[in-house]
Amino acid sequence: MNRSTEVAPDTSVLPGRNLSPHGSASHPGRYYRLRNNYPTWFAVGALLLYGVFVLLPSLLGLGFSFTDWSAYSTDIRWVGLANFAAILQPNSEYVGAIENTMIFTIATIILKTIIALALAVLLTSGVRRLAYLYRALIYLPALLPMVAVGIVFKSILDPDVGLLNSTLRSVGLGVLAQQWLTNVSLALWSVIGVDTWKGAGYIMVILIAGVLAIPREYYEAASIDGASGWQAFRYITLPLLRPVIAVTTVLNLLYALRVFDIVYVLTNGGPGYATDTVYTAIFNAFSLGQWGVATALSTVFLIVMLALGFVVLRVIRRQEVAYS
Amino acid sequence: MNPLRAIRTTVNNLLASGAGLIALAPIYIVLANALKTMADASSMNVQPPLAPQWGNFSAVIGQGKLVTAFSNSVLYSLGSTLLAVLLAALAAYVLARHRSRRHEIIYLLLIMGIAVPTNYVTLTKVMQLTHLIDTQIGIILVYAATQIPFDVFLIYAFVESVPRDLDEAAFIDGCSPIRAFFSIILPILTPVLVTCGVLNILNVWNEFLMPLYLLGNSDNWPMTLSVYNFFGQYESNWAFISADVVLTILPVIFIYIVAQRWILSGAFSGAVKG
Repeated sequence: MNRSTEVAPDTSVLPGRNLSPHGSASHPGRYYRLRNNYPTWFAVGALLLYGVFVLLPSLLGLGFSFTDWSAYSTDIRWVGLANFAAILQPNSEYVGAIENTMIFTIATIILKTIIALALAVLLTSGVRRLAYLYRALIYLPALLPMVAVGIVFKSILDPDVGLLNSTLRSVGLGVLAQQWLTNVSLALWSVIGVDTWKGAGYIMVILIAGVLAIPREYYEAASIDGASGWQAFRYITLPLLRPVIAVTTVLNLLYALRVFDIVYVLTNGGPGYATDTVYTAIFNAFSLGQWGVATALSTVFLIVMLALGFVVLRVIRRQEVAYS
Repeated sequence: MNPLRAIRTTVNNLLASGAGLIALAPIYIVLANALKTMADASSMNVQPPLAPQWGNFSAVIGQGKLVTAFSNSVLYSLGSTLLAVLLAALAAYVLARHRSRRHEIIYLLLIMGIAVPTNYVTLTKVMQLTHLIDTQIGIILVYAATQIPFDVFLIYAFVESVPRDLDEAAFIDGCSPIRAFFSIILPILTPVLVTCGVLNILNVWNEFLMPLYLLGNSDNWPMTLSVYNFFGQYESNWAFISADVVLTILPVIFIYIVAQRWILSGAFSGAVKG
């Protein structure tokens, strides 16, 4: 409770934000502390929904991770770390799923960032006419439902009649035609490719905003000094975009670690477990009724995400670029 | 113009249109094949449909339970969005205006949800206990809950830019907190509320995983789940599958054209402003 928010009784017109007389004509002498005008119960609705449907399941998850909770038995027994041991056992499908998720995450972050950066520079300085239209077109895939995109790419990547292989054959590059989604060593990269196709435009749009925020004078000064286009990019654009790239990396990261839809539609984790990810593995364990294992995997994932969350908060808080 | 510069401009334009083409090609393919006969669509090639089969659309609407799925998707995205935006605005407003220790903790707890992943497995348990599993109201509440953290984050930043004088004038005039919020603050928040609203609607419209866990009854399925199921059923009829996909993405493209400004500002404010 803050003493300074209390009102001196004889004040008629109150300066500053600490004081606020309430209906002083009809209720003389009744004063309210300002905090009553911003009551905490305003936040209760949001907190309640979030608490019941997001926080509570996560907390319950911590408990159920140590049990043999499953579809096959009505009683739930404490099994200690058995679920975690099963998940982290070498060569378990879950370790593979975690590895795939990491490869997917790192690869999509790198690919999307490089492609988006190139497009952002191209559309802000290389192309004048229709730049707006190109931007709108390239951003469009990012807004589409992933399921729809997955279905369309399932046909494009079909080894026999799919557009990709038939185009390769028709231009004489038939040797490059592949079993995109059924080749064990290629499937994950096909998924990465489709996801990059879909997501690069979103990152590009953010980077374009970042590029446009850089004052023109910097480039004019550089060109007077005889800097080449590459030098201007290397010594002006790139360093000034670093904070924006940090943010897009965080966005990519939060998305990629939870990847599910595109994998589920394109390969459903296969062939074998070649494209299994954390979220598809959780869903499969859930579908098989192994709820304890599924929950334990969710808990491992929660801990990773919380750790990353703290890093994220630090990154976001440092994101002010000042042009003085 | 000197020749070197002309060449560079041409190359740049070629690159840009190439990128635009790559972005557009799959969308074009699905549009074109949605209008072909089953035999013509079997290889999903780039040939334009010579005799457009508009009947494909009415056929899939009849066979794929699309009317139900479509209205479910509309109900879920609008319902959860209205709820999430209203609750998030109420919360973000008081949390941003009065920074007590308690409010700071609530704010951090709420925006932590941007990173905290949903535990779907125990969520199904919570939904069973509350008898909300496989119900429309249940999935609306869940979707609202998952959208709230990001909405609070965006609206909170916006509230900070609204001068306090406005609410104080209202309080001096004797407004109750709730009345000041609805008649003074909410109208001023319109831009950020629309941005949140459009992004939420798109998120929920495109969402796929939540109904997979929570909705068993196909009468409750949204478009995404229904189109996936349709894809499994009519595996070889690419004309029908394409028509179904088109009907799923058309509303998104429509929203994009109408609300592009808000979508873009959402992309920036979510990322660049922080």
